Amino acid sequence: MSRYALRFVALGYLLMLLIIPIGMVLYRTFQDGFGPFWDAIQQPDAMHALKLTLEVTLIAVPINTVFGIVFALMLVRHDVPGKAFWNALLALPFAVSPVIVGLGLILVYGRTTGWFGDDLAAQGIDVIFSVPGIVLATMFVSLPFVAREVMPVLREIGSEQEEAAATLGASNMQTFWRVTLPAIRWGVIYGVILTTARCLGEYGAVAVVSGKIIGETETGTVFVERAYQGFDKVGAYSVSVVLALMAIATVAVMSLIKPRREA
Amino acid sequence: MAIHARSITKRFGDFVALDDVSLEIEDGSLTALLGPSGSGKSTLLRVIAGLERPDSGVVLLGGNDVTSLPAHRRGIGFVFQHYAAFKHMTVAKNVAFGLEIRKRPKAEIKQRVAELIELVHLDGLGDRYPSQLSGGQRQRMALARALAVEPEVLLLDEPFGALDAQVRKDLREWLRRLHDEIHVTTVIVTHDQEEAMEVADSVVVMQRGRIEQEGPPRELYENPVNRFVMSFVGPVNELGEALVRPHDVEITLSPNGTTMAATVERVVHLGFEVRVHLVLEEGTPMTAQLTRDEANRLGVENGAEVFVRPRAVREFGDDDSMAAVEEGVPAPVPSVTDPERRAPEPL
Repeated sequence: MSRYALRFVALGYLLMLLIIPIGMVLYRTFQDGFGPFWDAIQQPDAMHALKLTLEVTLIAVPINTVFGIVFALMLVRHDVPGKAFWNALLALPFAVSPVIVGLGLILVYGRTTGWFGDDLAAQGIDVIFSVPGIVLATMFVSLPFVAREVMPVLREIGSEQEEAAATLGASNMQTFWRVTLPAIRWGVIYGVILTTARCLGEYGAVAVVSGKIIGETETGTVFVERAYQGFDKVGAYSVSVVLALMAIATVAVMSLIKPRREA
Repeated sequence: MAIHARSITKRFGDFVALDDVSLEIEDGSLTALLGPSGSGKSTLLRVIAGLERPDSGVVLLGGNDVTSLPAHRRGIGFVFQHYAAFKHMTVAKNVAFGLEIRKRPKAEIKQRVAELIELVHLDGLGDRYPSQLSGGQRQRMALARALAVEPEVLLLDEPFGALDAQVRKDLREWLRRLHDEIHVTTVIVTHDQEEAMEVADSVVVMQRGRIEQEGPPRELYENPVNRFVMSFVGPVNELGEALVRPHDVEITLSPNGTTMAATVERVVHLGFEVRVHLVLEEGTPMTAQLTRDEANRLGVENGAEVFVRPRAVREFGDDDSMAAVEEGVPAPVPSVTDPERRAPEPL
């Protein structure tokens, strides 16, 4: 009996927390058919917001992937001093509220208040209330995922395969591309999926640094929030669904890199 | 290719893995580095391979100083205890790795890989992944992979340590035959004295980061320079300061002037050899090794009262460097070391 009780609790939890809310969003979106959904996402502001989210994600994910792999290799394979410190630093984006991250970025890059805000503005580069700020904020909050996923995999595979490659004549770069990367690719893939999901869904930090300028610096999630507050429920639901579909598409694309038979 | 290591010192934190070690390995020889875990034998091998940088000292391969050369430019073959198979590659791809790095023509690679797979008896398994092979097969694949690039030095780090007893024995014999065929200078690290004695022309016994003795297996067995070497290359009984091999313990049924009374505790039949566990009057245990015929003639059985006499004992000075052989003189206070229990655990 207790076994069934356990299942009931576990599934009930998922149902209440995940399935019913998402199901409700889907239901509300397509309540009156496909037409209203299509019209809602065709609005220029909605299109622009989705496009901006996509752009930001396409910039942030590759950069954070490369950074994550390099950082993981550095911490696991090399003898860097202060490993505990670097590890803790890597957890910071999880620990600090995104809103605070946004504020921090304004303090550094904002005009008049920021350290280099005016210098950058003189070069014609606006960070805050502009796309670069959104990219920076998104990169910051999605920074740890790849490194966090890759580090345990690197530890588990050990360095023997890499040493074997070296004794067979492979340079460090050859060893990385032919041996290390294939061995850690599942860690990288999961890291990329998590990073992408975070980039698509980020609200807090982006809301602070973007200035929420409609049709300019408004991202998907910021659009959803505004549309919902403005009683454009269909618009809010529709853009939400598109954001969710983007995340699902990432998972699908990543799964195409098929698992091979190995231990 | 001859290997010279000169005054190699390597520390890991406070631990001194290699303490001013010098070693010369002849071109074309098969040498075993033998020692307990922590003796520095694997570290020495890894220093020769370039996988570990010595704190001081010089490594020469074929007379060239390679101390600052990274592993991938030393032209060596290395076999790891846990195979280090590239798990995402098939057997054929694993074996081809070194050749592909060297950008050899495809046809040549294909032919060479086929030859090597046959050499290591993995015919028909080229398309399998390492996870589909047994441990022995994986290690043979690793050997083929190391041999593919025709290294002038083959280094094996406890290559059979993770395998079953029978597989180890087979692979050991196979390695010896292979070496007799291709004459590549080979260094094998092992903590198993039987393996070292069986496979190598020359054995280097190491302890605590130093070389205790080197020489042909027979030389080490017959003329060990100190207690450590004597007890590491074969089983010993301790008779106070003296050491005696179990096959040098003579059992008689009646006393004479030099015998000691003993009780048979257990008789172990190992085929041709019979091992008799005894307890001397003083209460200290001792092991004697007899042939089956001798044991039958004496009729030793559990509980029997017998007399023992060491045929030859060996005493070493305090500095562990002088050896003295005494014939048939037992020391007054005997104690014993069980060779099995003394065998060091691998890391």
